[in-house]
Amino acid sequence: MKVVINSEERDVQDGLTVQTLLESLKLRPEATVVERNQAIVDRADYPTTRLTDGDTLELVRFVGGG
Amino acid sequence: MPLSDDQKLRYQRNILIPGFGEEAQAKLAAARVAIVGLGGLGSPAAFYLAAAGVGELGLFDPDIVELSNLQRQVLHATPDLGRPKAVSAAETIARLNPEVRTTTAQLRLAEANAREALDGYDVVVEATDNFAAKFLLNDVCLDLGKPLAVAGILSLSGQAQFIVPGAVPCLRCAVADVPEGVPTTSEEGVLGAVPGILGSIEALEVIRWIVGLWRPRADGTGALHSVDGETMRLNTLRVRRRPTCRCARLWSTP
Repeated sequence: MKVVINSEERDVQDGLTVQTLLESLKLRPEATVVERNQAIVDRADYPTTRLTDGDTLELVRFVGGG
Repeated sequence: MPLSDDQKLRYQRNILIPGFGEEAQAKLAAARVAIVGLGGLGSPAAFYLAAAGVGELGLFDPDIVELSNLQRQVLHATPDLGRPKAVSAAETIARLNPEVRTTTAQLRLAEANAREALDGYDVVVEATDNFAAKFLLNDVCLDLGKPLAVAGILSLSGQAQFIVPGAVPCLRCAVADVPEGVPTTSEEGVLGAVPGILGSIEALEVIRWIVGLWRPRADGTGALHSVDGETMRLNTLRVRRRPTCRCARLWSTP
């Protein structure tokens, strides 16, 4: 299926969860803010949130420096 | 109090902004803003708030100026090495705009002292260098009912939110708790222009709120502004209220 990640269209495997997507991209789930179709996904729901064809995702690394 | 002739000139470009006028300038002059952290984020925030004519700035930072600070912490200069950041910041601000009253505190805000320290301020700029302090200030400002600009930066990226308790989702609605294992700027560096952008966003949000330009969104969502200097993508994510969040008790509508 096709999803859009940070404005780039990508082919990903069907049924991928947010958690497995982040792991495949080598992003730390606890430190990545995920917006799926214009709503931020609750961190606790990453393992159960399955992506569907056409989803638009924004992945932002959450950082703490100042 | 009406503006003096000098003030009308100093703030002319503020006053000319559609929707501002002398009334907005008077609101800025009456405002008290706390800036917690006077480093990469706090520097641009303090500069722009002072230049804009905010009446009083509370300057909080426990640290002294170090050589490795100067590539990004533009409030401080080479002759300030070894001096408290709060004192250096107050002097820089006094040179820029002597009309701004400053209160300095060489203090690390923690659970025990933050409520008292921030009590007299209308709005708070979070500009600290660690997640624990960012989440603490989120929680304290929720308790005090004070608006909070909060941001974070690392290497080439950063994010910022403006939180109005009960009207905008809080930091914990976006990220429930302090994430583990995220590198710090002492490990992964940071380019000065990045906190330059994010600290300026914090100042802009605070000014918008003071002068009355700020409005809650009709759908109750908030904004998480993100800047990625590696790809040069600037983006705004939509933050929804999290029903289990500690800020939920402040919502007047479901």
